[in-house]
Amino acid sequence: MGAAVPDRGRIQGAVASVAGFVLLTLLTFIGLLAITFFIGRVIPIDPVLSVVGDRATQDQYDAARAAMGLDRPIIVQFIDYVGAVFRGDLGRSISTNRPVAQDLATVFPATLEMATLGILIGVGLGVPLGVWAAARRGSWIDQVIRVFALLGYSVPAFWLGLVGLAVFYAGLGWVAGPGRVDIFYEGLVDPVTGLMLVDAAIARDWEVFWNALAHLLLPAAILGFFSLAYIARMTRSFMLDQLGQEYVTTARVKGVAEWRVIWTHAFRPIRVPLITVIGLSYAALLEGSVMIETVFSWPGIGNYLTVALLNADMNAVLGATLVIGAVFILINRVSDVLYRVLDPRSR
Amino acid sequence: MSTTRDWLLDDSPASRLQASLGRSYRMLLALSRNPLAVLGAAILLILLLTAAFAPLIAPHSPFGQNLGARLLAPSAAHWMGTDELGRNIFSRVIYGARITLMIVVLVAVISAPLGLLIGAISGYFGGWIDKILMGLTDVFLSMPKLILALAFVAALGPGIENAVIAIAITSWPAYARIARAETLTFRNSEFIAATQLLGASHLRVITRHILPLCTSSMIVRVTLDMAGIILTAAGLGFLGLGAQPPLPEWGAMISRGRTFILDQWWVATMPGFAIILVSLGFCFLGDGLRDVLDPKQGGKS
Repeated sequence: MGAAVPDRGRIQGAVASVAGFVLLTLLTFIGLLAITFFIGRVIPIDPVLSVVGDRATQDQYDAARAAMGLDRPIIVQFIDYVGAVFRGDLGRSISTNRPVAQDLATVFPATLEMATLGILIGVGLGVPLGVWAAARRGSWIDQVIRVFALLGYSVPAFWLGLVGLAVFYAGLGWVAGPGRVDIFYEGLVDPVTGLMLVDAAIARDWEVFWNALAHLLLPAAILGFFSLAYIARMTRSFMLDQLGQEYVTTARVKGVAEWRVIWTHAFRPIRVPLITVIGLSYAALLEGSVMIETVFSWPGIGNYLTVALLNADMNAVLGATLVIGAVFILINRVSDVLYRVLDPRSR
Repeated sequence: MSTTRDWLLDDSPASRLQASLGRSYRMLLALSRNPLAVLGAAILLILLLTAAFAPLIAPHSPFGQNLGARLLAPSAAHWMGTDELGRNIFSRVIYGARITLMIVVLVAVISAPLGLLIGAISGYFGGWIDKILMGLTDVFLSMPKLILALAFVAALGPGIENAVIAIAITSWPAYARIARAETLTFRNSEFIAATQLLGASHLRVITRHILPLCTSSMIVRVTLDMAGIILTAAGLGFLGLGAQPPLPEWGAMISRGRTFILDQWWVATMPGFAIILVSLGFCFLGDGLRDVLDPKQGGKS
C-alpha cells in the first residue's frame, strides 16, 4: 500500500528543488543580461557621441539620443534591452554589417564541433587515466597525472596552441594548419548542420572529411588536454575516496578480481559526481576556445569575439558574451540538476 | 641561536608578540618540510628578486632596438635570442617580471579585501543582506570569468590598468564565498557575543574580530588563484587588450612572436616558459600553504 500513496514530503521536496533551480537559473540569466547591459550602455562615456560624432549640433545630438532611447529611465531601457534579446535582436555588427544573432548562428557550430571533440578526448583519456592513477597510487602513472594537472593550471592555452602548431604542423607535418579546411576544399559540402565533419559525412565527401579532421585534431587535442588534466585529477580523487571504503576491502577479502573491484565496485558510485565534473569542464572548454580559436584562426564564436573586440564592435562583443555566458550557465545548471536526479542520496 | 628557537617554540608565550612570532615560526617549519612548497617559494623569491633588480640582471635594455640583430636564434650572446626589432628577449623577459608582479599584486589587493568584506558582511548580518549579497556573488560565480573580463576590457578600453580592473571584478566572488562560510562558523560563538556585549560596534566586530580569522583561508585561496590570474592577464595581453607594446609583458610578447612561430620559434616560446614557471611557483606554494594553514581542505587531492 505504501508504494501507492505518494510520499508527500518527497514531492514537496522535488517541487521546491525544481522551483529553486528555475528561480536561480532565471536570476543568473537576468544577472548576465544586467552585466552586458551595464557594459554596453553605462560604462561607455557617451554612446550618442560615438554615433553622431563630435561635430553634431545640439539638436542632432538630442534627436539621436531620443532615437536611441537613452533619454528614458535606465530601468525602462533595461526592460527594452531584455525584450530585444528575447526576440533574438542583438543589434547589428559594425564590422560584418549583419545582425549579430545571424553572425553568431553561423559561427557557433564551428566552436561546438571543436569543443565536443575536445571533451571526448578529455573524457576518453582522463577518466581511465584517473582510475589508473588511483589504483596504482604513488606509481609513475600517478606522478604523470599529477604533473598533467599542474600543467593544466599553469600553461597558457594560446602558448600551447602556438607550440603545437610549430611542432606538429610545421615540424612533423602530422596535422593540418590553421583554419577549418584547406582553402580548395572550402564550400565543397553544403552546410546542413554547420559541423564540418557531419556535413562532409552526409555528403559522403570523405576527402573533405579527412581534411577537416586533420585541421580539427590539434586544436581539439589542446582543448582536450586541459579538460583531461582536470577530469583525471577529479577522477583520481573520487576513486581514492571509494577505494578507502570498507566495502572495497570486503570485496577484496572475498577474493574478487582487482579489475572487478575497481570497475564494478568502486567506479559505479563515482559516475554521478563525474557527470558534474564533465559538465563543468565542457563549459570551461567553451571559454578556453576563445584563445585557441584565435591562435588557429578557427571561424568560431571565440574568434568572432576577439575580432569584434579589436574592432570595438560592441554589439558583436556583447552578443557573443551573452551567448557564451548563457550556454556556460545552462551547462552548469543542467549538470547540477543531473547530479541531483541521478544521485540516490539526494532524492 | 637555540635560545631564539626555544623562545619562539615556547609553549606558554609571555607576550602577544612572542605568541604570534611563534605561530609564524611553526608554520614556516611545517612549510619547509614540504619540498614542493619550498620550490614554489624559491621560484617566487626569484621572481621578486628579478623584478627588483631587473636593471642589474638584464644584459641589454628591454626597449633597445638593434635592427642589425633581428630574429637571432638563442646563443651565448643572446640567451633567448632576439625579436623582430633586434631586442634581447632575455632582457625583456626579465623586465616582464615587474609587470607580472604588479598585475598579480594589484589584483590581489583589490579583489581579496573586496570579497573578504562582502562575505564577512553577508555572513555577519545574515537575513536579506545575506540573500542579496550572495545572490550577486552567485550570479558572478556562474559566469565565465575570461569572457566577462574580455567584455569589461572592451568597454573600458585596452590597457594594463583596465585589465587589472577587469580581472579583479571577475575574481572577488570566490573570496566572498569563502569569507562568508568562515564567518558563519564562528558568527554565533561566545567571543563574538562577548565583544558585542562590551559595546563594540558592528564595524569593530567585523574588522577586528571576524576579518582576521578569515585571512588564513583567504591567503591560501589567493595564492592558488594566482596562476589563473597570471594566465588571464597574459591572455588579455596576447589578444592585444592588456599591456600595450612596447611594454615587455609576457602575453603581449607571445602575441608578437606569433607571426614568426614557424621559423623563429624562440620569439613566442621563451616568454611562455616564464609564465609557466611563475604559475607553477604559485601552485606549489599554494598547495603547501593549504596543507599548513587549512588542514581541513588538504590531503584530498
